[in-house]
Amino acid sequence: MKLGRLLKTIFMVDFITGLLIAIKEIFKSKKTINYPFEKGQVSSRARGEHALRRYPNGEERCIACKLCEAVCPAQAITIESAEREDGSRKTTRYDIDMLKCIYCGLCEESCPVDAIVQGPNFEFATETREELYYNKEKLLENGDRWENILAANIKADNPYR
Amino acid sequence: MNTLNIFFSETYKILFLLIPVLVTVAMIVWLDRRVWAFVQKRRGPNVVGPFGLLQSLADALKYIFKEIIIPASSNKVIFIIAPIITMTLALVAWAVIPFSETLVLADINVGILYLFAISSLGVYGIIMGGWASNSKYPFLGAIRSAAQMVSYEVSIGVIIINVLLCVGSLNLNDIVLAQQNIWFIIPLFPMFIIFFISALAETNRPPFDLPEAEAELVAGYQTEYSGMMYAMFWLGEYANILLMCAMGSILFLGGWLPPADIELFSLIPSPFWLVFKILLLFILFALVKAIVPRYRYDQLMKLGWKIFLPFSLIWVVLTAGYLLYFNLLPVQI
Repeated sequence: MKLGRLLKTIFMVDFITGLLIAIKEIFKSKKTINYPFEKGQVSSRARGEHALRRYPNGEERCIACKLCEAVCPAQAITIESAEREDGSRKTTRYDIDMLKCIYCGLCEESCPVDAIVQGPNFEFATETREELYYNKEKLLENGDRWENILAANIKADNPYR
Repeated sequence: MNTLNIFFSETYKILFLLIPVLVTVAMIVWLDRRVWAFVQKRRGPNVVGPFGLLQSLADALKYIFKEIIIPASSNKVIFIIAPIITMTLALVAWAVIPFSETLVLADINVGILYLFAISSLGVYGIIMGGWASNSKYPFLGAIRSAAQMVSYEVSIGVIIINVLLCVGSLNLNDIVLAQQNIWFIIPLFPMFIIFFISALAETNRPPFDLPEAEAELVAGYQTEYSGMMYAMFWLGEYANILLMCAMGSILFLGGWLPPADIELFSLIPSPFWLVFKILLLFILFALVKAIVPRYRYDQLMKLGWKIFLPFSLIWVVLTAGYLLYFNLLPVQI
């Protein structure tokens, strides 16, 4: 028993076994993807960049109920609202501080009209801090850009909510 | 006028040697990262240039534009010259490496001693860097590295004696030519293994990378360095690894000699064979980095002093006895 161990050490059996395994692994297929050129699959429930959605007729969904503002644990959302000429309540200001946001998804969950949602986009790094203080225009623009995917994701998740 | 001519021709020779060496060092960093990634089934750097070959160039450019931060409490002069010494010593040693029978910058008769001396001096860069940083992690890293390099230098020295017994000359070209019949790796195989492991320890490669063990010492002696000074440490380290590979291939793998005395092989120029052998050894270095865990400090010392040193000393006696008994000594007494 002990002699066997000694011989194994002297002839570096374990080391050579490891080396052979390493050489074998070199020729196996890679498990990582070529990131900027190749992207991994994103779940339909992914909590990425925020977006404010619109109805198909172009009307904003948000009714300024401020539930998201109330529920936000990081207090990243700031909403101000006013009555519009036609008597409906709409937001005059909808800011999200993306640096404060912890991407918990509570705003999306609390929203009664599916207005604020978190989309699949996670590549929104910027060069300055200021660019990450999102305002209403930016969020609505995000909503317009990602609407197809957002609608599909909400539909896919519908049976479970 | 004549002295000027000599000066310029020598400068050209040095540039002709140094520029390929530096380019190879850059490429070898890429190769190291790539082999490491492949063993772990990753892709490694593959974006800059073909197959990511220019990654090191991009990294070097990044380092050049980074700020060099000199700690307020450091010993500034020593702090600045430490990386310079590391890199210079790593490059200076290449002067005696023979790339073919005639293609050698300085064909001195004590080539192997020169190599040995320069690689021993390499520890000064690290100690000075660690000491001058005036900070705890670099200091501990420097102490460790000094102890480690000194211990393994001893066994490398004894291994070199083994080879010298078979050659009878300190000239590196003579050592290569003595291997025309049989490479020393075959009769001295255990010595080659010990040389390889000692070379790993000598160049602070895993599993002996204690001076820069990131889990306990942040980055060892490099902790306080930044920008181009860090890059110079890094270049010096890889140039040293390359040098150790060159030393290994000259001492044991027949240097610039082709693997067999075949017509086809002798058509390929001899520098190619040396580069080929160096690369082969380096790939082994890179593979070892990928598969082994780090040694504990007492294990490192035990391996160096209690196993390698006695074993290589016994092997010296065996080699000498064998050569003497069969009257094979290269130099008649």
